[in-house]
Amino acid sequence: MNQSNSPQKPQKIRIILGSLFLLCGCTFLLDFLFLSDAFDKHAVYQWENWPGFYAIFGFVACLLLVLISKYILRPLVKRDEDYYE
Amino acid sequence: MNNSIPPQFILLVGALLIPLFKGKLKLGYMLALPAFAFYHYLQMPEGIYWTFQLLDFELIFGRVDRLSLIFVNIFTVITFIAVIYNIHVRNDLEYFAGFLYAGCAIGMVLAGDLITLFIFWEMLTVGAVLLILARRSDTSMGAAIRYLLVHIVGGLILLSGIVLHFKEFGSTEFGHIGLNNLSSYLIFIGFGLNCAWPILHAWLPDAYPEASIGGVIFMATFTTKGAVYALMRGFPGEPSLLWIGMAMATFPMFYALIENDLRKVLSYSLINQVGFMVVGIGIGTSLSLNGASAHAYCHILYKALLFMSVGAVIHQTGKIKATELGGLFRSMPFTAICCMIGAASISAFPLFNGFVSKSMILSATAEGHYTIIWLALLFASAGALHYVGIKVPFFAFFSHDSGIRVKEAPINMRIAMGMIAFLCIFIGIFPQQTLYKLLPFASETTYELFTFAHIMSQGMLLTFSALAFTLLLLFGLYPIQIRSINIDVDWFYRKGGRFFYSFFNRSLNGINTLTHRILITGVTAHICHMAKEGPAKAMIFLLTPYWNLVGNSPQEQAVKRKNLHLQSEKGAFPIGITACLSVLLLGILFFF
Repeated sequence: MNQSNSPQKPQKIRIILGSLFLLCGCTFLLDFLFLSDAFDKHAVYQWENWPGFYAIFGFVACLLLVLISKYILRPLVKRDEDYYE
Repeated sequence: MNNSIPPQFILLVGALLIPLFKGKLKLGYMLALPAFAFYHYLQMPEGIYWTFQLLDFELIFGRVDRLSLIFVNIFTVITFIAVIYNIHVRNDLEYFAGFLYAGCAIGMVLAGDLITLFIFWEMLTVGAVLLILARRSDTSMGAAIRYLLVHIVGGLILLSGIVLHFKEFGSTEFGHIGLNNLSSYLIFIGFGLNCAWPILHAWLPDAYPEASIGGVIFMATFTTKGAVYALMRGFPGEPSLLWIGMAMATFPMFYALIENDLRKVLSYSLINQVGFMVVGIGIGTSLSLNGASAHAYCHILYKALLFMSVGAVIHQTGKIKATELGGLFRSMPFTAICCMIGAASISAFPLFNGFVSKSMILSATAEGHYTIIWLALLFASAGALHYVGIKVPFFAFFSHDSGIRVKEAPINMRIAMGMIAFLCIFIGIFPQQTLYKLLPFASETTYELFTFAHIMSQGMLLTFSALAFTLLLLFGLYPIQIRSINIDVDWFYRKGGRFFYSFFNRSLNGINTLTHRILITGVTAHICHMAKEGPAKAMIFLLTPYWNLVGNSPQEQAVKRKNLHLQSEKGAFPIGITACLSVLLLGILFFF
């Protein structure tokens, strides 16, 4: 883990991380409710009905976003701060 | 019967009188202006009025319908709050520019014909340029000039489109235009430049981070959203807008993620959010157009809130780079909370206003079965949380402790931020009672926002995006913020401008030097030399045989030659010799 992003208070960080993981787990499990007929997703596309579709989409989208900007875009466009001077 | 005063004239005329007031009276006056404009906005009945005949053209200053009203509403609201935010500024020019800008934006939205639209459209640029210059730094000076040049080009394209349009249809009425011929394409591109379409967008992240901290709130509100309005009026349902909007919604995220200047991050995110609106216009159903105008309304609020909170950070610390900030939460808790409310709104958390409007556009996209666009917008929704929703508050207020200890932002800034934060949440919780009442297009069915499924899917999308952020940060994969800039399309005119300059410097100045060498120092000098020495040489040539015949010694001949040279240089020949030479010349001319 790199230095500039290091957390200040490990205890608080652990609580925040724990609650985030818990929230992710809960929403993921709740999504299985839609498999029953009692809940309707009003889905237009059938893949919206797959349990966890939005979770996986969001996760993968963000991974792609970060990795593409870090490893493809940044090497192409990064310049020194005084580049235009 | 319409008894109201045009709100744009309240602001424009009011702007001119600002320097007359001093102290508290000035403050009261400046708050009264947008309040008075808002009062008259409420009085305006729908219809067409305030028309003037100019030569053969009818100028319409008041085309009032639901589409223009929603924009007038948010423009006056934001002007009022921006004045509160700016109270500490002691610069009449900045206030003047702000009111000019706001008045023109409202005038443009209410314009019923293309000429009035164009006049206000161009005056918008003046307001913006003044607000960039108000920062009073060398970099802002450069940015202001680039902004002006780019918008002049855009304005000329629009103007040529309007002229051609008038030539073809004989009317300057501004209604549905639709893409069908050259004039409409030119108007389309003119609108698109102000809308920051991809490739035409570079002026935005170039100029906004250089504007004054209060001025950028006006800028983030009027120019792009004015263009959104114009597109919605002129080109609803134009299919190419779907793809343009998709590109706008996606590509800026990659830039924003690796950008160090937080106001630049917000500028890129502005393009990304306008992309949603452009997609909404491209679909062209009543749901999508309502979604686009609702999104413009909400976006103006939360983007202003975000710019205000980072503006407060600049005001207190003098810094804006992610690398130089961090850990400000303890010093500026109120600003931090406002920033997070703005971040939650732009990320479209349920119960915040972004959710209200973004959902409408996403639903309209899905209903129209634009699958690729829908997936791209979903990607942009997830990404928005990442590159701005988390990034801006995280690097400014949390992350590592930068050691900066400052006071909380001034009270006026806090009041302004608090007001917008309240609006973001209030609209987010009660959209039916607030925003949905303002929507321009009638719809048979009311839009069901708070369904369990809807909240669940959005919640899941966002929590797992946050999870991705956290894991990437924990594993050190998140791109570290470094001191650097990222080149964009503006490279072509910033570096290209220099190339243009040096190319013409070398080529034109080269030709200049060469011409100087040949004509001035070459030919002219020779002619001069000939005029000076020619007569003497000619006479020496003629007289030497005579002198020899007469029997002059070489010494006497040398003295005579020297005298002739001297006389020739001074042009002082005896009259006899001059007359003799003239006769010789005339003789030559006569025979040849």
